[in-house]
Amino acid sequence: MYKVKVYVTLRESVLDPQGSAVVHSLHSMNYKEVQEVRIGKYMELTIEKTSRDIDETVKELCEKLLANTVIEDYRYEVEEVVAQ
Amino acid sequence: MKFAVIVFPGSNCDADMYHAIKDSLGEDVEYVPHTASSLEGFDGVLLPGGFSYGDYLRSGAIARFSNVMPEVIRAAEAGKPVLGVCNGFQILLEAGLLPGAMRRNDSLKFICKPTILKVENANTQFTNAYTEGETIQIPVAHGEGNYYCDERTLSELKDNNRIVFTYDGENPNGSVSDIAGIINEQGNVLGMMPHPERAADSLLGSKDGLKLFQSIVKSWRESNAVNA
Repeated sequence: MYKVKVYVTLRESVLDPQGSAVVHSLHSMNYKEVQEVRIGKYMELTIEKTSRDIDETVKELCEKLLANTVIEDYRYEVEEVVAQ
Repeated sequence: MKFAVIVFPGSNCDADMYHAIKDSLGEDVEYVPHTASSLEGFDGVLLPGGFSYGDYLRSGAIARFSNVMPEVIRAAEAGKPVLGVCNGFQILLEAGLLPGAMRRNDSLKFICKPTILKVENANTQFTNAYTEGETIQIPVAHGEGNYYCDERTLSELKDNNRIVFTYDGENPNGSVSDIAGIINEQGNVLGMMPHPERAADSLLGSKDGLKLFQSIVKSWRESNAVNA
């Protein structure tokens, strides 16, 4: 069994209006040192072990559904766990 | 001409679309559920606005994988007119039938109001009843209509006259180059954020959207007369 953590964020080249609003709010709270906030999505997947390479599966499902690669980047972490 | 209005869980402009086709335009129309596996017998496909699958993950992302979508893609490839309005446009982008993607509106607000559009290309099967440069009033209602595409795609759209509608004056969502609607390379798939079906009767404050549907019928009649 695998626990997979997927992080999806807007690509660097794409303006993140939510992130900009949060930066403004942090500045108004006097955290002037905050330069940038990028808001994204975090997803946890539990995936059964099969004969297929886990990286291949995760990349495929990220590119097909979890992220829209026109505007989003994704990264992930895979942890193998013993099924309870 | 017979239209299909595809109904996804969470579609909420399907009845408006149906009404515009049946009562304002006077053509045949049927609701087709997202579970359908055939679009046989339909001459045109309409993807209505709403919040398919609750807009979970991204607008249109889940609807794009529903059962009926391979049929919608097949209809598009066969050259049938396919129109996506609002959430329908978002689904067409996710399905890759049109290039680009939608971001949250730059104001981060859901915007529901009349907008003025400029008809940039009146030489399409969706706009032949308009005149080039004509301004029309059609309402928008969306939270994610901030169209984005990369520079290369944008110049491709511009060079090939594929930007069909732009916002004239105020841009409500921050979209690239004031884009409100684009068409595919073959000219038979149009995606637009504004709702022509909500502007198909003077009772609704504008009937400027009706000409869009009339254009589709006109093109269809002409091409079928040639083929007959």
